[in-house]
Amino acid sequence: MERLLEILNDLHPDVDFETCEGLIDNKILDSFDIVSIIAEVNEEFDVAISAERIIPENFNSAKALYALIQELEDEE
Amino acid sequence: MQNHVLDYLNHIVAEKPDKTAFSNGREGMTFQEVFWQSRSVGSFLHEKGIYKEPVVIFMNKHPKEITAFFGVITGGNFYVPIDEEMPGSRIQLILDNVKARMIICDEATRETAGTFDFAGEIVCYDDICRTEIQEEALKEIYDRAIDTDPIYIVFTSGSTGVPKGVAACHRSVIDYIEQLSEVLKFDGDTVFGNQTPLYFDACLKELYPTLKFGAVTYLIPRELFMFPVKLVEFLNQYQINTVCWVVSALTMISAFGALDTAAPQYLKTVAFGSEVFPVKQFQKWRQALPEAEFVNLYGPTEGTGMCCYYKVEREFGMDEAIPVGRPFKNTEILLLNEKNERAEEGEAGEICIRGTSVTLGYYNNPEKTAEAFVQNPLNHAYPELIYRTGDLGQYNEDGDLVFISRKDYQIKHMGHRIELGEIEANVNLLEGVRLSGCIYDEIKGRIVLYYVGDLEEKELAAALREKLPRYMLPNRTIRLEQMAFTANGKIDRTALKNKYRNR
Repeated sequence: MERLLEILNDLHPDVDFETCEGLIDNKILDSFDIVSIIAEVNEEFDVAISAERIIPENFNSAKALYALIQELEDEE
Repeated sequence: MQNHVLDYLNHIVAEKPDKTAFSNGREGMTFQEVFWQSRSVGSFLHEKGIYKEPVVIFMNKHPKEITAFFGVITGGNFYVPIDEEMPGSRIQLILDNVKARMIICDEATRETAGTFDFAGEIVCYDDICRTEIQEEALKEIYDRAIDTDPIYIVFTSGSTGVPKGVAACHRSVIDYIEQLSEVLKFDGDTVFGNQTPLYFDACLKELYPTLKFGAVTYLIPRELFMFPVKLVEFLNQYQINTVCWVVSALTMISAFGALDTAAPQYLKTVAFGSEVFPVKQFQKWRQALPEAEFVNLYGPTEGTGMCCYYKVEREFGMDEAIPVGRPFKNTEILLLNEKNERAEEGEAGEICIRGTSVTLGYYNNPEKTAEAFVQNPLNHAYPELIYRTGDLGQYNEDGDLVFISRKDYQIKHMGHRIELGEIEANVNLLEGVRLSGCIYDEIKGRIVLYYVGDLEEKELAAALREKLPRYMLPNRTIRLEQMAFTANGKIDRTALKNKYRNR
């Protein structure tokens, strides 16, 4: 989780990712962020987030995104 | 001869009044509605005595915003689109540059509009779009229009930190629409899926051909460009058959494998531009849509939209670049070497544009205009302006133009044209920053900012958000003890680049 928070904080130093639950709904993340996050997550965790999983629910909070990463890691 | 860009609308409204012209999926407007409301807006401006003036449009992306553009032209004025995506300080620079007397906003932007230092009047679109139409006055305005009158000003990145407003006239837009339509074979059955923001010239490709042919444009909601599968679903739901997108929007779909599960079913024309299409991603598109036509478009805002095209009809190797191709009819590309002579075969030269597509120049900015809009050095006989793009190119064996690099520090990032100098100028203005140097990592597509100063990296990033549009914000901000300099005391970007690579 630490590593993920670091990636997110790099993008938006002003957002508290530990508590924020509406990253997409409240338009905090945009398409630039999504593209960078997917690239960074791929690099850092060595998991590929496929198109079907790039949906608002998985990006609305750091917690949701981390759950997705763990799920992908387990699949491997 | 057509000398007014809205002749397209005047013709089509008689032919297809009830067809939807522009829609965002939820709300749409027919040609009739676009026609009447634009005439109401034009009449309102006439009543206010606003004529041959810039009118700022500050609205959310919506069919009404497009109608507001046409309304401004109907009143004999030129529109200046600004957007909530732009930080307030940038909008202020634009307002100070154009010195308009009126801003047209919508309910959502009204409050923000009131926060600017602006002496003119702010009106809401919904309050003026039913103004009684003054047929006689509008006819007189129409009859007096000249095709070299401007119809819009759009702002592009400026290396000194101040954005430059490119003004374009009826004639160059008509020329562009006619040539583009022929190359991309638009017709009455064309269903456009618009991706680009309405505050750039990129949206000309959809707006005016929609009027010319009685086609339809769907404004794709911005947030869909985060979610590839949803985006493809939107394309299929509205049977979109034509897209003119920046490359990064297309690669967003292909790179995440969305084409494997959900291919766009109706797409037959895919035009792309603004940056180099990585061949690996391009091939995914080609495989998913073997019947579709793929066209690379190239051109700066100063050349009215696009000025060159290349239809991709052969295979490309992974290390090959898709050419920029050839100019549209009625445009010439001059490739000029350092001696200001035509570059020899195989020699690199600066890509310069000659013809009607050359825009009027930078609004209220004679110095910058004089630097880039210059007398054709090959013509000593009469005044003739060409536009120097600052792009270096050369011809390949097939006689197609190929883009090589920039002469300066302008980059293309996620489809946006950015001067690294503009980022640095804004960083240097922040308290606690002594010096900054910006580089672009082309491989990963990242803007990297190096700086020297007391300001924390996080504080700097937060402060910069207030100054620059989202797409110009550095992806990496790194504080240095010491800046790298060249022998002449300039910031050494090559050294910074090496530093970043070897990190």
